[in-house]
Amino acid sequence: MNWELMWDSVPTLLRGVPVTLQLVGLALLFGAGVAFAVALLRLYGNRVTERLMAAYVFVFRGTPLLVQIFLIYYGMGQFELVRSSFLWVYLREPFWCAILALTLNTGAYTSEILRGAILSVPQGQIEAARACGMSRTLLFRRIVMPVAIRQMLPAYGNEVILMVKASSLASTITLLEITGIARKIIAQSFAVFEVFIVAGSIYLLLNFLASRLIRYAEWRMTPYLRARG
Amino acid sequence: MFELLSFGPNGWGGQLLGGAAMTVAVSVSAFVLGLVFGSLGASAKLSRHLALTGVAEVYTTVVRGVPELLVIYLLFFGGSGAVMAVGRVFGYEGYIELNAFSIGVLAVGLISGAYSTEVIRGAVQAVPHGQIEAARACGMSRWLILRRILVPQTLRYALPGLGNVWQLTLKDTALISVTALAEIMRVSHVAAGSTRQPFLFYTTAAVLYLLLTTVSTVAFERAERYANRGVRRA
Repeated sequence: MNWELMWDSVPTLLRGVPVTLQLVGLALLFGAGVAFAVALLRLYGNRVTERLMAAYVFVFRGTPLLVQIFLIYYGMGQFELVRSSFLWVYLREPFWCAILALTLNTGAYTSEILRGAILSVPQGQIEAARACGMSRTLLFRRIVMPVAIRQMLPAYGNEVILMVKASSLASTITLLEITGIARKIIAQSFAVFEVFIVAGSIYLLLNFLASRLIRYAEWRMTPYLRARG
Repeated sequence: MFELLSFGPNGWGGQLLGGAAMTVAVSVSAFVLGLVFGSLGASAKLSRHLALTGVAEVYTTVVRGVPELLVIYLLFFGGSGAVMAVGRVFGYEGYIELNAFSIGVLAVGLISGAYSTEVIRGAVQAVPHGQIEAARACGMSRWLILRRILVPQTLRYALPGLGNVWQLTLKDTALISVTALAEIMRVSHVAAGSTRQPFLFYTTAAVLYLLLTTVSTVAFERAERYANRGVRRA
């Protein structure tokens, strides 16, 4: 084991962290929007939207993320329609292709988590809110969503960690995030174990922080569970 | 355009089908290897030996916290070296070269095993302790308890979780296309490059994966129904 090389690779690999964080952050942000829309269309939409959204979730959960990334990065550019549209500015960039693929992927998984959480809101609370004369939107904003979000946090924590790991696939379409940089260093130094151990540790650290953050959010949102000593 | 997918000299149908077979072969082997790792991991986690528990804990934490691609790269670029190092411990000095298939199975099996460990551990813990005590009171040996009481019930409790692990394993095999093993993803990538029809071939790949995941969902539902025969539903 070459400790010196390990130590030297740390700052270089850390340079990939911002790209990884951007990928994960943006994908989670956009993905939450997608998930919210999909869950609502499945639960409160008509039969057509329900079927369409179910199909979207089925396809994106049933295929590997790598296929989705390649389909968007290599597949989209094949069409003249895409290349001549304003979208091409984004779709020819590997960064935005990765974001799009990660967004659609996490959107599908998160919408299922959110749907389950919304369905788990106790019927009694909804009836009580209705009895108080709340309108549908107010009831949704004040009762359903807060309870559902609290409910989905543990499962969502898993999804966040999955996204941190999934962002490494962006290296297959030339993005230099942590894994991409690791491969580059290895191509020059042949120090496979050293570099991958450092890269893996960075991912572990990121995932540890992510899980703590979710745990903290959970703690903040469940004060009633804390009172019991 | 669709003749590109046909079976014949100008079509990629045969190769894609071969890729699908390779994907299934790798997935099944990796899943079974994962079950072995998972059983070992679960028994280590449930044992009273602190060292064993620690090793299993590190294994599941690290493998589940690090990107799958990194595990595959690590074994692909360093796998033969690692196997030779293990060989040297046992006194084998020769050169061992792992092929892409073994590396893929080993890597995906390691990942699958980490998830299986948790599923199996939970299932073992779900078996009511009173039954074990009753079996012991009947004078069953440890081995007989394992075979007649623990394993059949663990299997029943573990099936839904193992279904998830199987889906993950199946999708993770797409990542070993980076090692140039001719599974669905690799064949599609090559076909897309040489025909300049990436959209067509990646869509085909997606459809093939969907077929595999759908068929396995149905299979696992059947298996669950079989495992739960004679069990009253709550």
